[in-house]
Amino acid sequence: MKSTMKKLSVAAAAALFIAACGGSAASPSASTVALTGEIAMDGSSTVYPVAEAVAEEFQNANPGVQVTVAFSGTGGGFKKFCAGETDASNASRPIKTSDKPGPDGVAGTEDDELSEATKCKNANIEYIELKVAIDALAVVVSKENTFVDCLTTDELKAIWDLGSVVETWADVRAGWPAEKIDLYGPGADSGTFDYFTEEINGETKRSRSDFTQSEDDNVLVTGISGSQYALGYFGLAYVTENADKVRAVEVDGGEGCAAPSAEAANDGTYSPLGRPLFVYASVAALARPEVAAFFRFFLENTVELSTEVGYIGLNDADEASVKAKLEAALK
Amino acid sequence: MSSQTTTRRKVANALFGLLAFLAIFASLVTLVALLIDVVARGGSSVDLQFFTSAPSRIPAKAGILPALVGTLWVTTLVAIMTFPIGVAAAIYLEEYAGRGRWSRLLRINISNLAGVPSIVYGIFGLALFVRLLGLGRTVFAAALTLSLLILPVVIISSMEAIRAVPPSQREAAYALGATRWQMVRRALLPAAAPGILTGIVLAVGRAVGETAPLILIGAVTFVTFVPVNPFEDKYTVLPIQIFNWAGRPQAAFQEISAAAILVLLVLMFLLNLVAVILRARLSRTIQW
Repeated sequence: MKSTMKKLSVAAAAALFIAACGGSAASPSASTVALTGEIAMDGSSTVYPVAEAVAEEFQNANPGVQVTVAFSGTGGGFKKFCAGETDASNASRPIKTSDKPGPDGVAGTEDDELSEATKCKNANIEYIELKVAIDALAVVVSKENTFVDCLTTDELKAIWDLGSVVETWADVRAGWPAEKIDLYGPGADSGTFDYFTEEINGETKRSRSDFTQSEDDNVLVTGISGSQYALGYFGLAYVTENADKVRAVEVDGGEGCAAPSAEAANDGTYSPLGRPLFVYASVAALARPEVAAFFRFFLENTVELSTEVGYIGLNDADEASVKAKLEAALK
Repeated sequence: MSSQTTTRRKVANALFGLLAFLAIFASLVTLVALLIDVVARGGSSVDLQFFTSAPSRIPAKAGILPALVGTLWVTTLVAIMTFPIGVAAAIYLEEYAGRGRWSRLLRINISNLAGVPSIVYGIFGLALFVRLLGLGRTVFAAALTLSLLILPVVIISSMEAIRAVPPSQREAAYALGATRWQMVRRALLPAAAPGILTGIVLAVGRAVGETAPLILIGAVTFVTFVPVNPFEDKYTVLPIQIFNWAGRPQAAFQEISAAAILVLLVLMFLLNLVAVILRARLSRTIQW
């Protein structure tokens, strides 16, 4: 805790310095005054552990502030955020920005299906997008599987695409055993499913459906660990925690095989399955001193805390740029 | 009757008895397996600290205090709201409404409502209570939503209980010159009370276990303070905390998830115990 406190005061000092340089009248960070108030966050269940960890530490340092975090999903979170019910929204994908034409087929008319960004705009809710961590989607096999080291995205697509004819490992690559692949994946309501299908199969939710689905990743771990010929995908944290049962294979997105390491996820070599995790903060809420302090604290500690809960922390360059983005918004 | 048919009848009789036994055996085995699993995984995590702490990213420090208090608040409010409304609606439908086309339509609709998925009540509660009435993400909005969810069940089971009271009881009351209200109050309700109570406890039990509609109407998950004012405070409930912990990658979280399940089970057990005791007391006065 001492180190986080120290970091917080460094952040406050940095903020003062920036404010002074900018010559603006921004109120100084209230580290000297006891902060009070409430901060409400909702959104992605994937980002939830990070937000929870930050909220916990922030409340320890600022007992007067009540931070609440809910997890109604990325989409559910944006609905509440754009209705002005929350101060910040956690998201495992960027906010949707393109409106779809409604039943009349003409864009720009009243019956359009409005995107999340448009709804926020219509409600006069301005926001900034803060990248806080990276979640690598791991392609997972059992520990007992000795023949798969790396899969290309084309092979993954052949296995998982809608109407796939792949039945056995031999169908994927010549020389692999002619044994049936037991497939495991997240359910269709999951953001992981959306992300994987879009990146691998080219369209959100486009996927074969004859695989064992579960919203609970721990069920997937159990399923895959029990079968030498199983294959599945889910967040890297579940592989790390179950390293005695399952392992992540390398993925080749066209530029060579890459393991889902912190470095590869950060510099983009673990492509395309490294996904950024975001927090969207309301600009209006950032005007409140406790919210500004919370997000400074968030970015100060996100690398350490997101690593602790099983995600990949931002590299130095990304951390610096997201901090600069916040400070610019706070001016 | 020939001896052959007697043997067949005896075999059929024994067979049915066995089937019925297997049915109860299967449900009991499942329950016992669940209990053993939960106790084995979570039993050691249930200590005083578990009841007095807020959720934390460190499983050993995490506790259920806000969730437990949230669940107690919501359950109490739901029981207080559904009891009078549900019973009054049942009395109306059974004793006052008659058997016309309208009352039949009402009955069918109430039965249908009992089968509506809970998430639909969540969507409705979000639109009506949280947004339109401006109650916000509070304990009270949650209690109202869950009350709507279980009201059909309360009404239907109360109606069944009222219908089970023999007509002679009503007629006896009328014969003594009672008005309809006096008959309901002095004869009908005391006789139907045990059945009504069972229905309410089962329905409230369902409300205690609901997760999906509450996530939708904005129950939070990480909250370190205990809700004091149901009209203003944010809240979480035990099933949401269990759901969140069960899905975490770290095994230690699954242990405290099992511990929270254990607490929820004990809570349900206590709720049922109260009902059993009340029912036994109320039944004592019934004689027919």
